[in-house]
Amino acid sequence: MSNSERIVITGVGLTSPNGDTLEAFRRNLLNGVSGITNIETRFMGQVHAGVCHFDETKYQPRRERRRGTRAGAISIYCAHEALNRAKIDVAGVDLSRVGTFIGITEHGTVETENEIDVIRQYDYDTKYWSHHHNPRTVANNPAGEVTMNLGFCGPHYTIGAACAAGNAGLIQGVQMLRLGEVDLAVAGGVSEAIGSFGIFASFASQNALARHEDPIKASRPFDKNRNGIVVSEGGCLYVLERLKDAKRRGATIIAEIIGYAMNSDARDPVQPDPERIAECMKLAVARAGIEPQDVGIVSTHATATETGDELEVRATREVFGDFPGVAINNTKSYIGHAMGAAGALELAGNLGSFEDGVVHPTINVTNLDPKCAMRNLVLNESKQVGRVDHILNNSFGMLGTNSAVVVRRYPV
Amino acid sequence: MNASFKNSTVEQVKKIVLDIIELVAPDADLSSVKSDVRLRDQLDMDSMDFLDIVMELRKRYKVEVPKEDYTQLATLDGCVEYLTPKLQAVAAL
Repeated sequence: MSNSERIVITGVGLTSPNGDTLEAFRRNLLNGVSGITNIETRFMGQVHAGVCHFDETKYQPRRERRRGTRAGAISIYCAHEALNRAKIDVAGVDLSRVGTFIGITEHGTVETENEIDVIRQYDYDTKYWSHHHNPRTVANNPAGEVTMNLGFCGPHYTIGAACAAGNAGLIQGVQMLRLGEVDLAVAGGVSEAIGSFGIFASFASQNALARHEDPIKASRPFDKNRNGIVVSEGGCLYVLERLKDAKRRGATIIAEIIGYAMNSDARDPVQPDPERIAECMKLAVARAGIEPQDVGIVSTHATATETGDELEVRATREVFGDFPGVAINNTKSYIGHAMGAAGALELAGNLGSFEDGVVHPTINVTNLDPKCAMRNLVLNESKQVGRVDHILNNSFGMLGTNSAVVVRRYPV
Repeated sequence: MNASFKNSTVEQVKKIVLDIIELVAPDADLSSVKSDVRLRDQLDMDSMDFLDIVMELRKRYKVEVPKEDYTQLATLDGCVEYLTPKLQAVAAL
């Protein structure tokens, strides 16, 4: 096994605020359909949020769901959907060779807040604190729930990488396949963030929580009047295999992962560093063995914060600004910031362009911020670009973690 | 205690326990639970579920079941025998 071992995507399962299948998600991105709504959250009243609508009991008995977490339920749904699409029946698989690698931004805050709310009703008597708290909040919970539901006996863990986590999960899957540690990887990212008031409150205190009279217009990356993040839940897991294994079993190959990179800003807890982000994207492109101008779509991370968007644009311009054939878009404008799921979902939303040659736009930009202007930014309306060969998916997050993944159409 | 009162108490306690089991194991078929067979032998339940039953008795009825008494709740009949005086003490029956 070596670094040159080719790794392909043969399945995608997802739940997003605007779609619970790859097809529905893609259709809504092309039609400009947002999934953002208003919800009531503890102590804060109404906030904007991206809420998923998948059927939790489609693949999970109610007893199992009750004992587990929303992140676990999201993961289980996505894993089944991805396996179904890959046409893999787990009954015929060596379960000890299946690995589960799930990126998370956060985990456990939802369950902790819920338990505090329970004991509050009993005068803070900890006798009423659930024995389910620890298995629900151990950091590997979402991945572990997948293994218990599907019987996977290979390695499972989550990868905590703030909002770069979706990419980080994918990268871990690629690496474990190349190391020969697993023969099949279920990898990507999930988030249950909307269940935690603390996440909303912290963004609000940071002046980084979006507000708009119309929730579907609240997430406005690159707009001059953008005012912060819309917090969302979601999940997207991929089935990854070695190319030779996928071919051997006659799998339909969705795309090939040809490059990736991760690095750290080593500087600031919340403010991104455009220099390091640019370095990360360049490294991913170089490892993919292509040139920046070969990239058809750059899927940006932009979360609609004032400085974050501007700094990412600076990095993106540096790497891709000279090349008119590189289309640049953003998916958070439809689904908000799905945290650990964000990178994985945003990549999935763009995969359809390998087939239809269309780039979905960044919506909600009524007044483009000159600081975010790039000539190749696809705004408000889908753009027919013809053949797309490569997509670069950019995701970065708090504590200065950066990631970029490059995928290529298959066959080329 | 006359026979019909006793009978109605038994049914009440069984209902209290079965209502909790319905919450803990929502997919379980409770229509044919045998009173004298261990609950864990006839329903898909484990020790974590059992702790949920203990927690629900605490939350709903302020009834405490110390660890050394857990075995007395193994069957529905055992539950009735063990819980009846405790539930009566908190006026839940």
